[in-house]
Amino acid sequence: MSLFLIVLLPFLGALVPGVLNGAGRRVCAFATLGVTVTAFVGLLSNLPALMAGETPVAQMAWMPDLGLNATLMLDGLGFFFAALILGIGGLIIVYARYYLSRDDDMGEFFTYLLLFQGAMVGIVLSDNILFLLVFWELTSLSSFLLIGYWKHLPEGRQGARMALTVTGMGGLALIGGMLLLGRAAGSYELSVILESREAIQASPLYLPALILILVGCFTKSAQFPFHFWLPHAMAAPTPVSAYLHSATMVKAGIFLMARLWPVLSGTPEWFWIVTTAGLLTMVIGAAIAIFKHDLKALLAFSTVSHLGLITFLLGTGSAYAAVAAVFHILNHATFKAALFMTAGIVDHEAHTRDIRKLGGLRRLMPVTFGIALVASLSMAGIPLFNGFLSKEMMLEEAAHTTLFGIPLLVPVLATLGALFSAAYSFRFIVHTFLGPERDDYPSHPHDPGFGMWLPPALLCGLVIAIGLVPFLAEPGVFFVARAVLGETATIPEGLHLSIWHGLTPALMMSVIAVLGGAILLWLFRPASAAWRALHVPAAKGIFDAIVAAAVAGAGALVHRLHDGSFSRYAGIFALAVLGLAGHGWLTGEVATPTRAATPMNAVAAAGWLMLAAATGAIVLLHRNRLFALVLVGIIGTIVSLGFAVFSAPDLAMTQISVEVVTVILLLLALNFLPNETPRESSGFRRARDAVLALVAGGLTFGLSHHLLRTGFSEPTISDYFLDNSYAGGGGTNVVNVILVDFRGFDTFGEITVLGIAALVIFALTESLIRGAVGAKLRARRPDKDLAGDMHPMMMVVLTRVIMPVVLLVGVYIFLRGHNEPGGGFIAGLIVAVAVVMQYMASGYYWAEARQRTPYHAIIGAGVLIAAATGIGAWFTGHPFLTSSFTYLKIPPLEEFEVASALGFDLGVFLTVVGSVLLSLESFARMARRADKKDSDHAMDIDPSRGEKG
Amino acid sequence: MELLVSSAIGILTAAGLYLVLRLRTFPVIVGTALLTYAVNVFLFASGGLTTGAPPILRDGVETYADPLPQALVLTAIVISFGMTAVVVVIALGAYLGAGEDRMNDTRPRVDPARGEPGE
Repeated sequence: MSLFLIVLLPFLGALVPGVLNGAGRRVCAFATLGVTVTAFVGLLSNLPALMAGETPVAQMAWMPDLGLNATLMLDGLGFFFAALILGIGGLIIVYARYYLSRDDDMGEFFTYLLLFQGAMVGIVLSDNILFLLVFWELTSLSSFLLIGYWKHLPEGRQGARMALTVTGMGGLALIGGMLLLGRAAGSYELSVILESREAIQASPLYLPALILILVGCFTKSAQFPFHFWLPHAMAAPTPVSAYLHSATMVKAGIFLMARLWPVLSGTPEWFWIVTTAGLLTMVIGAAIAIFKHDLKALLAFSTVSHLGLITFLLGTGSAYAAVAAVFHILNHATFKAALFMTAGIVDHEAHTRDIRKLGGLRRLMPVTFGIALVASLSMAGIPLFNGFLSKEMMLEEAAHTTLFGIPLLVPVLATLGALFSAAYSFRFIVHTFLGPERDDYPSHPHDPGFGMWLPPALLCGLVIAIGLVPFLAEPGVFFVARAVLGETATIPEGLHLSIWHGLTPALMMSVIAVLGGAILLWLFRPASAAWRALHVPAAKGIFDAIVAAAVAGAGALVHRLHDGSFSRYAGIFALAVLGLAGHGWLTGEVATPTRAATPMNAVAAAGWLMLAAATGAIVLLHRNRLFALVLVGIIGTIVSLGFAVFSAPDLAMTQISVEVVTVILLLLALNFLPNETPRESSGFRRARDAVLALVAGGLTFGLSHHLLRTGFSEPTISDYFLDNSYAGGGGTNVVNVILVDFRGFDTFGEITVLGIAALVIFALTESLIRGAVGAKLRARRPDKDLAGDMHPMMMVVLTRVIMPVVLLVGVYIFLRGHNEPGGGFIAGLIVAVAVVMQYMASGYYWAEARQRTPYHAIIGAGVLIAAATGIGAWFTGHPFLTSSFTYLKIPPLEEFEVASALGFDLGVFLTVVGSVLLSLESFARMARRADKKDSDHAMDIDPSRGEKG
Repeated sequence: MELLVSSAIGILTAAGLYLVLRLRTFPVIVGTALLTYAVNVFLFASGGLTTGAPPILRDGVETYADPLPQALVLTAIVISFGMTAVVVVIALGAYLGAGEDRMNDTRPRVDPARGEPGE
């Protein structure tokens, strides 16, 4: 099966449980199992090729410019982990089917589980390290959902949040590390990186890359000092703990260290950091585990400890240790998943996981006891179980390792870790299952159904099989180990996985550990009291304090900067811009003017005077709002005249028509707002704002003047448009051709935004009118006297008479737009103004009754027509919005041009008409009142009704 | 001529910024309108000032005004109408709903988790 399919199957399958949720729990679970089993079989189908020495690869370019490709690769290490993930995943699904209660949403659970499974398989099969990072983050997210699956439990939510925070931060570090690694190696493909050992280790980026990658691995694999999140993640349902926190996710960090072992290991930095972290984690985790009363917490800390053991083995950098690490990953996955499931069974049956409330379950739950016994003894490192074998190898390696030049440091610490490990393993058995039977269990326990104990029993079968006949596992372990070692080292001659190695130092250490563990358990009460007296600081408290400090700091900063004062933001923004611009002006090089100044004339000077006077008057008299509006109209008119003078007829026409609709809009708004702005700012405030404004104005003046006299240092692209407008776009109005052709996509976006703005206005008005504001509006009394005649007859007649003329002008302006000043924008505004005139003159009701197409529909039609014109280009094999044109001659008309851009411009036209009218109409709707019904006769004196009206 | 246009941009910017810093919604809306004029004219002017040479292709004419800033400013003018309309409706809704048209709300925040004013 293609590697892509193996990775994709769980993701696609994640849709299945949700859909089948209604079909019953059994169907749901079996469908999920089917997905996992299919992927597993697909994985196995690649085994023959793998055994033949090939490395199956699947490639797809994603973003090759960034070095990000969807590349998958299957080698021994990837196969091993993928098999663990899918194999144990299948067992977990069976177990979860019986574990989850009827109140739990099984579809949701299995969806998350499959998402997680897919992400994990993605990590272990990725050949591109950037692609790997995508999956890495996905595991953090999906495990967050799984840990917090019981949303009603505060511990679940907190545990999920903590796990996400810690692993998410590690993920960020990992991204940095991977980018550095890729840069040092010159490629993001693992296959290349794994062969660039010398280049990477000689690079100055090696150390930062190593540290960042290790932070990512240590957080994921719960290594000291990031170990604290794992026990809190135990608030998850037990299947999740068994799956994520024993077999898979926490092994992702280990996997990555093993994957990158050939390039990163072997340096003193690697040795010191990884070995120390591993040893400390192993000892500290094991010590804490002994004194935990919650079965799952005990197992969680034991997992931390065992992960430390594997990390330590990877850290020492010898081939022997790498074999031991692989072997222990396998063994730990088998016995620890079984133990978690056992803990879940006890919890499920006895309704408690507290060791202090348990004991004596041996006779009540014989099957569970048998499973727990096998798995625990393996964890303790007792011969004939698989845990013994890899622990022996670890102790052997420890006996030959020296750290910081202190002899015996590593062997003693390793023995201590093994001793603690034996102690908590024994405690798991003795305090839960042995001892007298009690009569105060929260629920009377008995063995669970077949489906729940079968998965751990199968794992125990593996534990015993590997423990008794290790040479059966040997080819597999060696195969995987060779993939870890790559080309840097080979498996030592004569190494075999076997129970008996002779009287080695490791055996001595093992004996000490097991006996010591038993003695420690025997002395449990005094030891426990001594442990409590030590007052080991709780990592959760430290974590919470750091988070609280970060939240408080961010809150203080945000509240200071973001205090709700808009004026302040605007002031800060203006100051910042002025500061940066002033800095640029003062430090930059000022070019000498290249353009000659154009001579001034009297008309222009008069226009300037009017603009300056109107602007000054606004500043002084803006408190009279209606007057300010009149002044805005004057300024807008001068600006459009200016456009006309400086050779921009299209702009002049657009500006003047926008001016009309804007003033109408603001008039409608002023209808409701107060007529006067009260004088509120202090004199100081006004002076301060004035200084700021004058500085800004002065600088803008200087900048504009300089720009006008010097132009740009680089040639602009404008000449291209002038040269190609007619030849390429078929139009002589270059501005319009740019809008509907060269930059058509921009325009398409702009009309879409315009349409959205109009719809937003409509929606806001609608919600205002429907809510409490609407009632207030309807009861409102206008603050000014109404005009005597609502609809002056002169105006009504005039607007109706010129309506067809204005529409004709609109059509004319639209049609000629491609070659003469005009086009969709301007024509749309003109037509909108013509319609608005009817509203103003004849009244809302009269106009509304004659308006048959809703404005939303016009907007929608406009955007769709523009899009359809663009899509039309696809049918001739051109990209979106490629225009074409031809010349037609239909007698008796003269020859004329037909351009597809005209269709696009029609879309622009319709969108502008619809948007302007929908906005204005929305405002007008607010003005309707209950007390004064608007007449549906346009004229106060209806001539057709005689004198009565 | 350059002096006139650039000083007009400066005047509009200064007046616009001053009005934007006022405390009620209406002057702020007027101020943004003035700033819009200033920005549009500035963008337009970046193509240089040309009189009597609109970018409409004619036989035998060689010099034209720069069409690109014109095309950019044209859509900017239309979009600015949409923006003004949205801001006005928001200001109107705030005034009709809360009964006042102040820009700034610096009352102590209510912490949604606790439901009481806190800092």
